[in-house]
Amino acid sequence: MSRGQYRDEGVVLRTYKLGEADRIIVFMTKAHGKVRAVAKGVRKTKSKFGARLEPASQVLLALYEGKGELHTVTDAEIIAANRDIREGYNLFVHAAPMLEAVDQMAQDHEPDVAVYLMLTRALATLNDRRTPLVTTAFFWKLLAYSGVEPRLDSCVRCDAAESLSAFDFQSGGAVCTNCSYGGGVPISSEALDLMRQILGGHLNQALAQTVGETTAEVERLAIAAIEHHIERRLRSTTLL
Amino acid sequence: MSVYTEPLQALIDELNRLPGIGPKSAQRIAFHLLKIPKEDAARLAESIVVAKDRVHWCRVCFNVCDSDTCQFCADDGRDGRVVCVVEEARDIVAIERSGAFKGRYHVLQGAISPIEGIGPEQLRVRELVKRLEDDAITELILATNPNVEGDATASYLARLIKPIGVRVTRLASGLPQGGDLEFADEVTLGHALEGRREL
Repeated sequence: MSRGQYRDEGVVLRTYKLGEADRIIVFMTKAHGKVRAVAKGVRKTKSKFGARLEPASQVLLALYEGKGELHTVTDAEIIAANRDIREGYNLFVHAAPMLEAVDQMAQDHEPDVAVYLMLTRALATLNDRRTPLVTTAFFWKLLAYSGVEPRLDSCVRCDAAESLSAFDFQSGGAVCTNCSYGGGVPISSEALDLMRQILGGHLNQALAQTVGETTAEVERLAIAAIEHHIERRLRSTTLL
Repeated sequence: MSVYTEPLQALIDELNRLPGIGPKSAQRIAFHLLKIPKEDAARLAESIVVAKDRVHWCRVCFNVCDSDTCQFCADDGRDGRVVCVVEEARDIVAIERSGAFKGRYHVLQGAISPIEGIGPEQLRVRELVKRLEDDAITELILATNPNVEGDATASYLARLIKPIGVRVTRLASGLPQGGDLEFADEVTLGHALEGRREL
């Protein structure tokens, strides 16, 4: 049943060109889950939407649901433009994997306020603090919220709390040296500490970490873990 | 099973593969082609084949052309010191319509788009850097689209090229002529304020 006109707020996840001057915009909305809607004339320089419907923008929307699968955007106002993300290559390539991950994991028309709020806060933090660790932290937090929080304090196979030296995506956590022969990728103790900070309520401390070998290791693990969970590649991570 | 006879269904399927053409449009165009005189259809088919055979990329700027270099690269009257970088060859047409640019061009053949997996390696960036090393270019005007992908591409190119010592500029961004200020969005208005000029 169509609901006609409705209002919601949402983040632009991605866009597709449609016809001469239109675009299909994929939103993660607060109250209606993932919504695909047509923005008519948005590619024209005099479009009423202007630059409001670009990826990573958080907008207040007026939408119209007709009989078809695609809704129509009738109005949009900026809540957060996240301008530094939109205009800087480095920040944009770190925002894109978060948008892609939500696009892959969110279900059409299934509200998920927690994911929406996680995404808006992550984009705002990336825009302000400009650290690439935001993307890594977002992936681990998203996995934890999806019910696959990794076990980091003891071996997922034998419960040993010492000599944790590998990470096994299949079992969902750290494994000790003895058990690592059964599978898993090597992980440093510094990387384990950083992951514990991210997932253990010390996110600010984690985000303050200097970018280097450890942060790169945790980023690689986060990408591999989320790709393992959604069972597909995230194309945008190739530019990280 | 198809309800149409096989040659017609094949035509609909081919048209449906074109960008922006959905199943309904493909059917409409196919039936239109069946109605027009045979010579009109043959002319359309011939023009597609000729264009595919003769049109290729300019070896200097990657614009479309039917000879070794495009009309802009071959024109000695144009200022070779200033190069305007655009995403697609059709953007050149828009800039030429303005009549305000007399330099040369470089077509990237796309823009950086992480979500589509398009990075600098998939664009004509390496060729642009080579042009800057070989030619006497003093200014690069980045005329990529004023959207997220275009801005990311411009930001990447500026960071890459500035150390070479070439002046890098970006097309001004702001309010369209003939519009009302009250309808301007925050981002565009912000750009317009930042790019204001003294009268």
